[in-house]
Amino acid sequence: MQKAYTNIIQIAGDVITVEAEGVGYSEIAQITTRSGVSLAQVIRIDAQKVSLQVFAGTRGIATGDKVRFLGFPMRVATGENLLGRIFNGSGLPLDHGPALSDNLVDIGAPSVNPAKRIIPNKMIRTGIPMIDVFNSLVESQKLPVFSIAGEPYNELLARIAIQAEVDIIIVGGMGLKYDDYLFFKETLNSHGALSRCVFFMHTAADPTVECLLVPDISLAVAEDFALKGKRVLVLLTDMTNFADSLKEISITMEQVPSNRGYPGDLYSQLAARYEKAVDFEGAGSITILSATTMPGDDVTHPVPDNTGYITEGQFYLKSGVIEPFGSLSRLKQQVNGKTRSDHRAIMDTMIQLFASYRETLEKQSMGFQMSAWDEKLLKYGALFEKNMMSLKVNISLEKALDLGWQILADCFSPEETGIKLSIIEKFWPKNNGKD
Amino acid sequence: MEKIRTGKVIKVNANMVTAELSGQIIQNEVAYIICGQERLKAEVIRVHQNQAEMQVYESTQGLRAGDVVEFSNELLSVELGPGLLGQIFDGLQNPLPALAKKCGFFLKRGVYLEALPDETQWEFTPLVKAQDKVLAGSWLGFVPEKIFKHYVMAPFGLNGTLEVVSIAPPGKYNLKQAVAQLKDSSGKLHEVFLQQIWPVKIPIRAYAEKLRPSEPLVTKMRLIDSLFPVNRGGTYCTPGPFGAGKTVLQQLVSRHAEVDIVIIAACGERAGEVVETLRTFPELIDPRTQKPLMDRTVIICNTSSMPVAARESSVYTAVTIAEYYRQMGLNVLLLADSTSRWAQAMREMSGRLEEIPGEEAFPAYLESRIASFYERAGVVKLRSGETGSVTIGGAVSPAGGNFEEPVTQATLKVVGAFHGLSRERSDARRYPAIDPLISWSKYSGFVKPEYKERYHSILNRGNEIAQMMKVIGEEGTSLADYTEYLKSDFFDFVYLQQNAFDAVDEATSKERQIYLLEFIFAILEAEYNLEDKTAALHFFQTLRQLMRTWNSAEYNSPEFKKIGSQITALLESKKNKKDK
Repeated sequence: MQKAYTNIIQIAGDVITVEAEGVGYSEIAQITTRSGVSLAQVIRIDAQKVSLQVFAGTRGIATGDKVRFLGFPMRVATGENLLGRIFNGSGLPLDHGPALSDNLVDIGAPSVNPAKRIIPNKMIRTGIPMIDVFNSLVESQKLPVFSIAGEPYNELLARIAIQAEVDIIIVGGMGLKYDDYLFFKETLNSHGALSRCVFFMHTAADPTVECLLVPDISLAVAEDFALKGKRVLVLLTDMTNFADSLKEISITMEQVPSNRGYPGDLYSQLAARYEKAVDFEGAGSITILSATTMPGDDVTHPVPDNTGYITEGQFYLKSGVIEPFGSLSRLKQQVNGKTRSDHRAIMDTMIQLFASYRETLEKQSMGFQMSAWDEKLLKYGALFEKNMMSLKVNISLEKALDLGWQILADCFSPEETGIKLSIIEKFWPKNNGKD
Repeated sequence: MEKIRTGKVIKVNANMVTAELSGQIIQNEVAYIICGQERLKAEVIRVHQNQAEMQVYESTQGLRAGDVVEFSNELLSVELGPGLLGQIFDGLQNPLPALAKKCGFFLKRGVYLEALPDETQWEFTPLVKAQDKVLAGSWLGFVPEKIFKHYVMAPFGLNGTLEVVSIAPPGKYNLKQAVAQLKDSSGKLHEVFLQQIWPVKIPIRAYAEKLRPSEPLVTKMRLIDSLFPVNRGGTYCTPGPFGAGKTVLQQLVSRHAEVDIVIIAACGERAGEVVETLRTFPELIDPRTQKPLMDRTVIICNTSSMPVAARESSVYTAVTIAEYYRQMGLNVLLLADSTSRWAQAMREMSGRLEEIPGEEAFPAYLESRIASFYERAGVVKLRSGETGSVTIGGAVSPAGGNFEEPVTQATLKVVGAFHGLSRERSDARRYPAIDPLISWSKYSGFVKPEYKERYHSILNRGNEIAQMMKVIGEEGTSLADYTEYLKSDFFDFVYLQQNAFDAVDEATSKERQIYLLEFIFAILEAEYNLEDKTAALHFFQTLRQLMRTWNSAEYNSPEFKKIGSQITALLESKKNKKDK
């Protein structure tokens, strides 16, 4: 059955075309070249002409090399044996451990029936007020960190991973610098988390096609754990590299590009990955945190733009802090009504006042006279930035809410906040800001 | 019975498959590709000599050149009949809960279930008798479905005057039992069942005439009803960047809108949002009927990770079901979220067909497709004299939040109201984030036109002053201008903004809106004695806080009246008096 073909008729980019028969769409093939064996996947069939993307790249492939179709789609080993291990995008070990082939599952399996999902309702506490108070993270959420290239997004992801109460952490690295990879490994190790982690690493030096496989392979493993009742956190960094790999392959395949060279199905491709985030009825969950770097800090760039429409909010990391504007957790309403009765009031009011503060800053920079109200806002803004926004702050949600009231009381009178009277009566600090 | 025509797969490119066959090919007919044990549904979208290019409604993994394709002779159709209400379907009308029972957590491909359960027995009451003359769409009888009389209609596809040959007596029937027999002018007999099949891409036209939308549709969203109203049978669109609150807005409208039936088409959006609807609606009680909201809702859900071709068909499935209930003289609201994903699905196929791309690679027929979709909305006078309506509200997700893009522009040309959501408003947490300065509506609504004009001018003036203040500063602004600005901001704050998470504030009845508008109008028209800007700011802040508390009080409750008198007292203390 497994017939080998040797007539490669085209090699372009990372895609080869071979003449073969009876080949299934998205099937895997092995290509034996003089430098070893590489895997490839069928991406187009045109009668006898079968195009494949070669995971290890096409460099060194000869037109007479042997292509053997395996008759099944891409698979990955799953289960406890993966914990603590490091693999590449094709699922081959990068550490010194053995290759695994137990409990193989297909990657890119069908989507979850919406009728079998449940409404997410468990908050993931991170100790970061900008997340816990203003944009709470919820189990089974899919949330990217938007930032420009130099921001500490990997640090933020690692910190959340360590503090979050989850069973399994899966790190999918795409186009990662080798340093970043070491950083993840060391940080998770120093907090004793490595034994519940699985790494799928594609570094910037590795072939493009392997980058495309990282999210699928990470999520297939995560899905298997989640079906067995585990709560899984998947970190994907950086999804912009994934999108760029998609672009590279689609241009090679001569597809009509839609926007800045990206393929027209970029949205569907990203969604197919992000939508794997799920809270299974009667089983575990998958939470996805990703990094999306925005070229030129442009949120309208196709990658962050499409991502934003798919994910349930985003954390916008700018100048080392999570910006309150542009950041959003769409699922926060599922959990922040159950924490403390002042949570929503503090969340809304502090942000509205912070928006006014930003306007005042603008006025100040243009040299306008500051009114008494402006002075109050300036004081408020400074306190807010120092005690709430800084990523150095690491306090519980309840402490952060108390701190919020203190800041408000230090700067304003109750009616200036516009908060409902019933909540003011209950929570407004009795020392009236004079501590 | 025609012989089944078969062909063979020759090309596979993602979800586009080309098959070769001898014999005729029908454009848009449904075909099934046999892949091992599975039958994958596909639709012919282009014919070239003896090759049929098809979009496949499933993953094409494992398809081979040479696989057999069966052509069905039928266009893509839906089943229309009792049992639709309260259901959750995918874009091809597969019932998702039944599918979950059968296949578990995942959507197994190639599994197609009957949209309506066969075995259910419905209590049928005839409305016509033998020898009566009827037309396509005439009510022949009815069965009770939830709180409605679900009319059994003469098949929409028949022509001319029909004679009732026989009609079933009152009793219990299932969907596959004929309840009537009709004879057309050529003497051909047609059997009528409780359900009928209709091709989704063809509008149902079995009515007397289409009327102009004139009745306001109350959504209970103050900003929409008062300033940018929508009429029953009208169309509107809500474009906005991500995170501006399109979906929350649609969810609120789906809960509170005063219509008989709501069809929600979740097209290429997040599964989580649909889950929220389908998990909460069975528990939420519709205040008008005292029944669960789910009883008046049909959800068509083809979320972003489900096959992209079925996404394209989901909006058609939804609008066809909407038209079906309209034929029973009901008012139906169709909410499509988001039409951009539908347009993108067309773009993906167009790319694979290697058509010459238009703007941003969208196909050239984008505009006509969008226009013909929205044209399926309307108020119609049925042949029985009753009226029914389909109102369509489409969310648009413009790339980069830029309204100049092709989908938004094509939509704006054909809709009757535009509710533009802005990033600035949502960043400032001003919800709903519909920007009153850019939005418009061609419908009348229930608010007096002079009020609407006045409020628009207050908002515009407020914006002008705000812009001016950015240049000349607060100190350069006169107290009079500053007060005008505060008034406009006040109106925005206490009326246009609405707290979606407050049980009372989330929906404001028509009566309360009219009352509030008059109340606020008086506040805005009055002159106040405010010595300086600080005093003015303080006055409006205090007023604002009181009004907000008022908004969360039940209309005409003791608390409502108490706060009302507090507000009046505050106003009186500052109105027309000399300095303290």
